[in-house]
Amino acid sequence: MDPLKLPPIDYGALLPMLILFGAACLGVLVEVAVPRRARNVVQLSLALIAVVASLVAVIMERGTRTVTIGGSVAVDGPTLFLQGSILVLGGVSLLLIGDRTIEQGGAFVSQAAITVGSQKDAQQASGQPGATEVYPLSVFALGGMLLFVAANDLLTMFVALEVFSLPLYLLCALARRRRLLSQEAALKYFLLGSYASAFFLFGVAFVYGYAGGIQLSVVHEAVSNPQRSPVLLYAGLGLISIGLLFKAALAPFHVWTPDVYQGAPTPITAFMAACTKVAAFGALLRVLYVAFEGVRWDFQPILGGIAVLTMFVGAILAVTQTDLKRLLAYSSIANAGYLMVGVLALNPDGLSSTMFYLVAYGFSVLAAFAIISLVRDSDGEATHLSRWAGIGRKSPLLAGIFTFILLAFAGIPLTSGFTSKFAVFGAAVDGGQTWLVIFGVITSMLLAFPYLRVVVLMWLSEPGETTPAVSIPGFLTSAVLALGLIVTVALGVAPAPLIELTQQAAEFVR
Amino acid sequence: MKDFPFLSILTLLPLVGAGVVAFIPRKKAELAKLVALIWSLVVLVLSVFMWIAWTVDGGERFQFRESYTWIPAWGANFTFAADGIALVMLMLIAILFPVVILASWNDVDQSTRSAPAYFALLLSFEFTMIGVFAAADVFLFYVFFEIMLIPMYFIIGSFGTGQKQYAAVKFFLYSLVGGLFMLASVIGLWVLGGKTFDFTKLAEATAAIDQNTARWLFLGFFVAFAIKAPFFPFHTWLPDSGGAAPAGAAALLVGVMDKVGTFGILRYCLSLFPEASKWFAPAAMVLAVIGIIYAALLAVGQNDLKRLVSYTSIAHFGFIGIGIFAFTTQAGTGAVLYMVNHGLATGLLFIVVGMFVARRGSALVSDFGGAGKLMPVLAGVLFFAGLASLALPGTAPFVSEFLVLIGTFSTNPAYAVVATLGIVLAAAYVLWMIQRTTQGTLNPALAEVPAMSKDITLREKAVVAPLIVLLLVLGFYPKPVTDVINPAVQATMQDVGKEDPAPTVVADGKAGG
Repeated sequence: MDPLKLPPIDYGALLPMLILFGAACLGVLVEVAVPRRARNVVQLSLALIAVVASLVAVIMERGTRTVTIGGSVAVDGPTLFLQGSILVLGGVSLLLIGDRTIEQGGAFVSQAAITVGSQKDAQQASGQPGATEVYPLSVFALGGMLLFVAANDLLTMFVALEVFSLPLYLLCALARRRRLLSQEAALKYFLLGSYASAFFLFGVAFVYGYAGGIQLSVVHEAVSNPQRSPVLLYAGLGLISIGLLFKAALAPFHVWTPDVYQGAPTPITAFMAACTKVAAFGALLRVLYVAFEGVRWDFQPILGGIAVLTMFVGAILAVTQTDLKRLLAYSSIANAGYLMVGVLALNPDGLSSTMFYLVAYGFSVLAAFAIISLVRDSDGEATHLSRWAGIGRKSPLLAGIFTFILLAFAGIPLTSGFTSKFAVFGAAVDGGQTWLVIFGVITSMLLAFPYLRVVVLMWLSEPGETTPAVSIPGFLTSAVLALGLIVTVALGVAPAPLIELTQQAAEFVR
Repeated sequence: MKDFPFLSILTLLPLVGAGVVAFIPRKKAELAKLVALIWSLVVLVLSVFMWIAWTVDGGERFQFRESYTWIPAWGANFTFAADGIALVMLMLIAILFPVVILASWNDVDQSTRSAPAYFALLLSFEFTMIGVFAAADVFLFYVFFEIMLIPMYFIIGSFGTGQKQYAAVKFFLYSLVGGLFMLASVIGLWVLGGKTFDFTKLAEATAAIDQNTARWLFLGFFVAFAIKAPFFPFHTWLPDSGGAAPAGAAALLVGVMDKVGTFGILRYCLSLFPEASKWFAPAAMVLAVIGIIYAALLAVGQNDLKRLVSYTSIAHFGFIGIGIFAFTTQAGTGAVLYMVNHGLATGLLFIVVGMFVARRGSALVSDFGGAGKLMPVLAGVLFFAGLASLALPGTAPFVSEFLVLIGTFSTNPAYAVVATLGIVLAAAYVLWMIQRTTQGTLNPALAEVPAMSKDITLREKAVVAPLIVLLLVLGFYPKPVTDVINPAVQATMQDVGKEDPAPTVVADGKAGG
């Protein structure tokens, strides 16, 4: 028997992930070793330093195009670009997670085990410092996401999926207020997520049966020279897609999204809306473009149908929402549909435009949730639409920023929303998917209405007695707002540099 | 002077002005008004210089061309260039804005909203208007086409009267729907045209697009422009917006913004999709003629002055529509001239109606009656604006309406005949409105409103005087304007591939008459 040999490992290419996982483990130790008072500062600094260091590592590796550790991780243009995006968006989310000025003690419960509604619960809600476990959990999630977009075999992908999902399930349950809602959201997310993971794993098994391997390049080889009945292939691809579409929140696998977005602490909602989207679409792109490109004619119409369904579900249900977080959840579902239009172009422009869209949308959505966290009354955030009436009169600056972000979501020119929509639609027309673009345009019309309704409420309605005060944002949230706004403007007015970057990065290795 | 970057500076100047005015504190409202007025006058002066620098005889179709790189990956550039049609529209914009700013001087004083914000919105609206006419890059045009909604949306929604929120949202959604149809066509055009947005290059590339696809692309553009103009049956947003907007903004809405629709049809639909334009022309003509009659009938029945003027505007756009789709140089020149004259005449009518409404505090015709006895001069101005609006010979709109009708008659006599009925109806709605508001016995309720006894003020004289002068001058001597328009229209007709018919029909007509 041959001695088991370690495959060659390119540590440089893996460094970004290693840094994050290391920092996350260190964060767990900090929980034990550092006194409670100092923990928040230490944890936040540690997490931010890790993210920055990891980002530096990604930038250092910008020229790398390699497949390493036995073919299970691919570091190439899309990987590095998406990793960079996840890190930047994740770093910004950490600022939101770390803000403790808007609400005394932060947005998180001080001890998750306290019984809801008990005396202790009232005490913790009134301002005990929030749990600091959220930082290592977030960093674990970020590390998993980095691996997810780099995974070059289906099992590694599955492991990465679990690594970034499990911390997210926990994070969803840690809201300081409305804890039942938060816990319900976490449980729903966890149960449905587990099903999705199971589907994914089942699909991997089918594909293994078909291709005789789980590496994407092996699958590609098998798909190009079919030796077996395609039933296994289609079953496998279908089940894998369900797992990925669930994470990306495409209809009909979207039902968890509104509940989870509403129930989760707002910084975590922002984190999921920005980073999970990038990770899920990154993996979807890799699986479809690298492994299953050979059967594009078979999956393109079906996934196209899913994209159309998603756009309609997101747009139509967004019209009926009365809660701002749910409205943004449905808007994020519709946006997943637009992203899918870019994915299905199945050409280099499709890849680059989808990556552009992910970054643009991520920053806008972070700013949107940052603003939601600011409008609050004594009972926490006031997310019901009616409470936002006339807020433009009370704090014009904040309402102005939110209006701009909403116009970006609606795809009005000179915002990143327009350039990114143009990019994916252009790629899709170029890739022969004009029908998707037509549905995309129609749903954009529908989707403009809910955004406009919020704008009308904020500016044209008179402030009511119940219009809550707007908190003065602390430094961290202000930074998030400023960054989100600047990027939304910059990518709308001068998108050329980022477009070129995505185009340079738009080539997978096998 | 030819090399001076007129168009980019003209576009950016009002934007800078809007920024300056927006930062003037609310308490210094008078300063904000003054800055806005002076700023718009500077734009006017610059436009006059541009008019002088324009080469009329033997000049190129597109002049003052400037181009700066924007998004190389998509082939989008900041390209500005004006043809004769754009030039006269830019001139109209430059004239109307200072007039409207002066006319809106006291509009915001009574409201709880901030006056500097209002004037900043007006200036930023001027920025989008100039941009949309000066753009020669389809991407840039689309950008301006969409963002023009935002200042107008806030003007209607925040500073309007009556059902202003409803009107603002309806306005925004209608235009956005049209814009998104156009976006689909823009993307299609971009992919098929070789990933460029340059108007000249696209005009060459579209010849290779197959007939069916070109018709769909045409339709996307056409729907957007038909909503903007608006043509029947896409018109229902205009009476609501015109009725709810402050009078000055309403004058801009119908006087300038709606022209983007007809301008777009001339520039983009006709030149880029000549075959499809010809194919759709009968349908477009039918819509235009229906619009003329239908809107005129509705105007007769209106009891709200601002809505009434909005409906007259829809009828006038029907005339512009048949002028464009008649495909003769005469009718085309008439249509473009109509765009200018309509801006002056309907702009004046809206502004004067606004003066009446501001005094009475109501826009209902039934709330007036015999107002001419209280303020004869203002009533006289309303009478003049009405006459100009119904195209009385001697006023500018007569020339354009006449050109449109004879130009249309030579190719499509039936449409021209039906459209002529619209002139009769125009007389009905204008004269009846004037009779009910300013003539007859004095409405006793009117005498109790102190403001109604105050005849035209010096500021208001300064507002209406330039428009009246222009309407009369262009009524008698339109040559300077037609000289600029004619070559551009001829070039457009050449793109469509339509020769003017031999003048037999016209000659016969003359012999018979």
